[in-house]
Amino acid sequence: MEEIYAKFVSQKISKTRWRPVPPGSLQTADTFAAGSWDNEENYVSLWSIGDFGNLDSDGGFEGDHQLLCDIRHHGDVMDLQFFDQERIVAASSTGCVTVFLHHPNNQTLSVSQQWTAAHYHTGPGSPSCGSAPCTGVVCSNPEIVTVGEDGRINLFRADHKEAVRTIDNADSSTLHAVTFLRTPEILTVNSIGQLKIWDFRKQGNEPSQILSLTGDRVPLHCVDRHPNQQHVVATGGQDGMLSIWDVRQGTMPVSLLKAHEAEMWEVHFHPSNPDHLFTCSEDGSLWHWDASTDVPEKSSLFNQGGRNSTFLSHSISNQAGVHQSLISSWLSTDPAKDRIEITSLLPSRTLSVNSLDVLGPCLVCGTDSEAIYVTRQLFS
Amino acid sequence: MEELDGEPTVTLIPGVNSKKKQMCFDWGPGEMLVCETSFNKKEESETKPGCPFIYIIRKDIDVYSQILRKLFNESHGIFVGLQRIEEELTGKSRKAQLVRVSKNYRSVIRACMEEMHQVAIAAKDPAIGRQFSSQVSILSAMELIWNLCEILFIEVAPAGALLLHLLDWVRLHVCEVDSLLADVLGSENPSKHDSFWKLVTILVLQGRLDEARQMLSKEADASPSSAGMCRILGDLMRTMPVLSPGNTQTLTELELKWQHWHEECERHLQDSTFASSPHLESLCKIMLGDEAALLEQKELLNNWYHFLVTRLLYSHPTVKPIDLHLYAQSSLDLFLGGESSPEPLDNILLAAFEFDIHQVIKECSIALSNWWFVAHLTDLLDHCKLLQSHNLYFGSNMREFLLLEYASGLFAHHSLWQLGVDYFDYCPELGRVSLELHIERIPLSTEQKALKVLRICEQRQMTEQVRSICKILAMNAVRNNRLGSALSWSIRAKDAAFATLVSDRFLKDYCERGSFSDLDLIDNLGPAMMLSDRLTFLGKYREFHRFYGEKRLTDAASLLLSLMTSQIAPRSFWVILLIDALPLLEEKEVVFSAEQTYELMRCLEDFASRRPVWREPGVQRIQEDVENTKLEMLRLALARNLGRAIIKEGSLEGS
Repeated sequence: MEEIYAKFVSQKISKTRWRPVPPGSLQTADTFAAGSWDNEENYVSLWSIGDFGNLDSDGGFEGDHQLLCDIRHHGDVMDLQFFDQERIVAASSTGCVTVFLHHPNNQTLSVSQQWTAAHYHTGPGSPSCGSAPCTGVVCSNPEIVTVGEDGRINLFRADHKEAVRTIDNADSSTLHAVTFLRTPEILTVNSIGQLKIWDFRKQGNEPSQILSLTGDRVPLHCVDRHPNQQHVVATGGQDGMLSIWDVRQGTMPVSLLKAHEAEMWEVHFHPSNPDHLFTCSEDGSLWHWDASTDVPEKSSLFNQGGRNSTFLSHSISNQAGVHQSLISSWLSTDPAKDRIEITSLLPSRTLSVNSLDVLGPCLVCGTDSEAIYVTRQLFS
Repeated sequence: MEELDGEPTVTLIPGVNSKKKQMCFDWGPGEMLVCETSFNKKEESETKPGCPFIYIIRKDIDVYSQILRKLFNESHGIFVGLQRIEEELTGKSRKAQLVRVSKNYRSVIRACMEEMHQVAIAAKDPAIGRQFSSQVSILSAMELIWNLCEILFIEVAPAGALLLHLLDWVRLHVCEVDSLLADVLGSENPSKHDSFWKLVTILVLQGRLDEARQMLSKEADASPSSAGMCRILGDLMRTMPVLSPGNTQTLTELELKWQHWHEECERHLQDSTFASSPHLESLCKIMLGDEAALLEQKELLNNWYHFLVTRLLYSHPTVKPIDLHLYAQSSLDLFLGGESSPEPLDNILLAAFEFDIHQVIKECSIALSNWWFVAHLTDLLDHCKLLQSHNLYFGSNMREFLLLEYASGLFAHHSLWQLGVDYFDYCPELGRVSLELHIERIPLSTEQKALKVLRICEQRQMTEQVRSICKILAMNAVRNNRLGSALSWSIRAKDAAFATLVSDRFLKDYCERGSFSDLDLIDNLGPAMMLSDRLTFLGKYREFHRFYGEKRLTDAASLLLSLMTSQIAPRSFWVILLIDALPLLEEKEVVFSAEQTYELMRCLEDFASRRPVWREPGVQRIQEDVENTKLEMLRLALARNLGRAIIKEGSLEGS
C-alpha cells in the first residue's frame, strides 16, 4: 500500500467510479469518472491512470492520473454510475438524471440523454421550484433506477423518454442509496435506518420487505450487495457503523461493526474478491476490511501439539476454510473469531472521503479536500 | 490608531460614477456590496435614472484562482498536522519537525508555481499569459521570503552554518545557471562558447567552486598559454576553507585558515599572476570579496541579496546572525547605488535580515493580495515560540487575527468553506464565535450538504446551530409536503414544538383521508415518540389501528380508552376516538369491561358538556346535528355494552 497517488484537482469530489473492463478481457482498470459538488460550476470528468508497462522516463509522473475530458454538470453530482463502457449516468441535486456519452476518438463527453425532472417536490410552497435532489442511481443495462430526497423511485430504460415505472411516496423520508438485489428487485436505504426491498413486478407503492436497525433510527447512507451471495448486504450509517444483513432471514442486521467516527458515505465489496470490503467516511478515513480466513495463523494455533496434529490441523483448517467460504465469511456471528483485519489506506486524515471504487487491484477515492487518490496495488 | 502604512488603493467599479452619484455599501464577511443611491443633492430637483445594479466587491480574489485552490487545500493538511505535533516534542526533534513542516509548505508553493508557470506558457491569450506570469513571480517571491524566514527564524543557523544556508537560498532562487551550464557543456568546444566566462563567473559568484574549477580545466586544456594561470586559480578555489557539516573544526580554526587563504589570494593579485588574463583576474578579485569587482557583475548577480551573500562568502564567511543586518543594509545601498528605490520585496527581506518578524509580516500583509502567506507563516513562527510577546490592541494575538482573516476569506468562498473550519478550531479566543457566525450562513442546498454542516456543529457541541439547521430542514420538508422527513428532522433537533406541529398535520391528513401516510416512519418511532405529547398520541393512535387490524381487540380497546383518560389526545380528536370505539362496542364478544364502559361514558359526557354551542344557523347547524346523532348512537351502544359486560362478568364470577 505504499503506492498511493494523490492529485489535487481544484474541485470537491463527490463521486469516483471505475470504468468497467469489458467482460472476459484481461485488461485492468485504466479509466475512472469523477463528479464534483458544491462548486459554482460542477463537472463530470474522465481520468486516465496511464499505461502500466510504460514507465515514464522521468519516473516521477508515471503514477499520476491525467484528465482526459470533462463536461459541465448542472447542480452537484450526487451519484455517478457507468451504464456501459461509453455511457455514464449522473444524478444531480437539481433532480435531473443525465446520461453522458464518452467519445474516445476525440476525447470528449456529450449529453446523450436526460430526464430533467426525475425527482421533484409537490408541496405548495416548494422553495426550489419543486425540484428535489436525486441522491442515488444504479444501472443494470438497459435499466436505470434512481432515488431521491422526495422519497420517489424511478425506473428508466435507456432510449425511453419517460420513466418506465415510478413509485411515488415510496419512502416517507429521504432515500439515500439504491442497489440491485436480483434483477427485478432493488434495495434502498433511507434516513430513518431502514433497508427496503422492492419488487418491480409488484404494483402499488409498498416494499416487499422492510428491514431496520433497532430503535435508534440511525440514517443509512450507503448499501452494497455481496457480488456472489446476493442475500448478503452491507450498509453504512450516520454513526459510522457497518451493518451486515442477511436479507433472507430476520429484519435486523446479522452483525453491527463499529467503524468510522462519522457518516459512512460508501461501502463496497470487492467485485472479484468479496472477502474484502472497503468503506470511506466523513471523518476523512478510508478502510480496507479483510475477512478472508487466515489459514496460516490457524494452523499455527494447532501446531502446538506436534507433527501428527499439524497434518491433521491442516485438513481441519482447510475444511473450515471451505465451510467458511460457503456460508460467507461476513455472516459468521461467532464473536470469538475476530477474524476481520482492518487497514487504513490513506496516509493522513483529511477532510471527508466522499466516494470510493474498487476494481481488480485498483482503488480510487475522492475527497472534500479536493484530492483524488489512486492506488494500483491493493493486495501487494 | 496607528498611522496608515500607505495610501489605500482605489478600486474603480466599472459602471458606477462616484462623482455624480452617491454610493452606499455594506460589509460582508469577505465581500462588500456597493450600489448607487437615489439620494439627491438638494439643488437637483429632477431624478435621473440610476444604475440598476448591486455590485459585489471581493477583496481576496486569490481564493478564486483554480491553481491556488490546490495551495489552500494542500497546505490545510500541513497546517492541521502542525497543530497536532505540539508539545510532546522538545529541543532538537521539535526543531527538526518544524523545519520539515516549513519545507513542506515551501514545496507546496513550488508545486503551485510550477503549474502556474506551465499554464502561463500554454496560455494562448497573451494577456492571460501575463496574468499567470505575474502570479508566478508573486509565488516565487513568497517562497523566497519563506525560505529566508526558515533559515533565520526556524533553523536559527549559527555563524558559519548560516552562510551555507544563505548560499543554498541564493542558488535555489537564481536558477538560470543550470540551463546555461547544460548549454555550455553541451556545445562542441565549451571554452570557446560565447557564455563560457559568464558561466564561470556565475559559478564563482554562487560559490560553486568545484564546478568552476572543472570549467577552468577545460579552458586550460584548450589554450596551453593560460594553462598555468588556470591551474593556480583552480588551486585557490580548491583550497578555500569551507565549513563542512561533518567536520569538527572550530570556528576560530576556520577563520585562521580562511585568513591564510585570503592572504594568498591577495599575494597572487599583487604579483600580477593573472595580469595577462582579465577574466581570471576579475575572478580572483571576486574571490577576494572586492566590492568594486562584485558590483561590476551587477547583471549576473541579478539582485542585491545575491550580492550580499557573495560578498559575505568572500569577505566574512563566519558572519554572525546579529551582524547580518549591517551587511544587508549596506549591500542594498551599494547595489541600488541611489539609482532606484527599494521595492516592497526588498523591504521585506531587509526586515527579515534585521530579525524584525513583525515588520516582515506587516510588509507582507500590505504587499500580498492574499492572507494565506501571512497566516501560515505567522502560525509556524508562533509554534517556534517567537511571537508570544506581541499582542494586538484589538481582538487577540497576531497569529489568531491573521488566521481569522484567512478563514473568513475561505468561508466567503462557495466551496472552500470546509477548509476554514479547522482554522477557526485552532483560534482559541475568537475562533468558536466566528465559526458560529459563519456556519449559519452556509446555504443548505441538499440534505447531504446539510449533514456535513451538521456534523461540523455536532462535533463542536454547537447545539444552537444544530437546532437551527434541523429546523430549517424541517421547515423545507413541510413546505415540500414531506411530512415524514419533517418529523425526522424535528426529532433530530429535539424540537418538541415543531414535532407537535408536524404531528397535527399528520392527524389532519388522517381526518381528511381516513388513512395514515408515512407508516414506515410512524410505526418505527420508538423512544422518539416521547418528544412531544402530540407525537406520542400520533404514535399510540396508529398503534391502536394496528391492534385493531391484527384483531387484538382487547389491547385496542384499553389503548383507546387510555388515550382519552390520560388526557394525551387533543380535545378536537375525542369525537373521532369515541366513534372509533363504536365498532368495538358492536363486536360479538364483549370487548370493553363494565368498568371500561363506565369510563367511556364519562369521557363521552365530558366531551358533550364541553362542546362549543353553535350560535348561528347554517352549515354548522347541520354538522352539529350529525354529531348529535353520532353521540346518540354511541350512548346506545355503550348502554348495550354495559349490560352485556355486567351479565358476562357476573356469570363469570358466579360460575
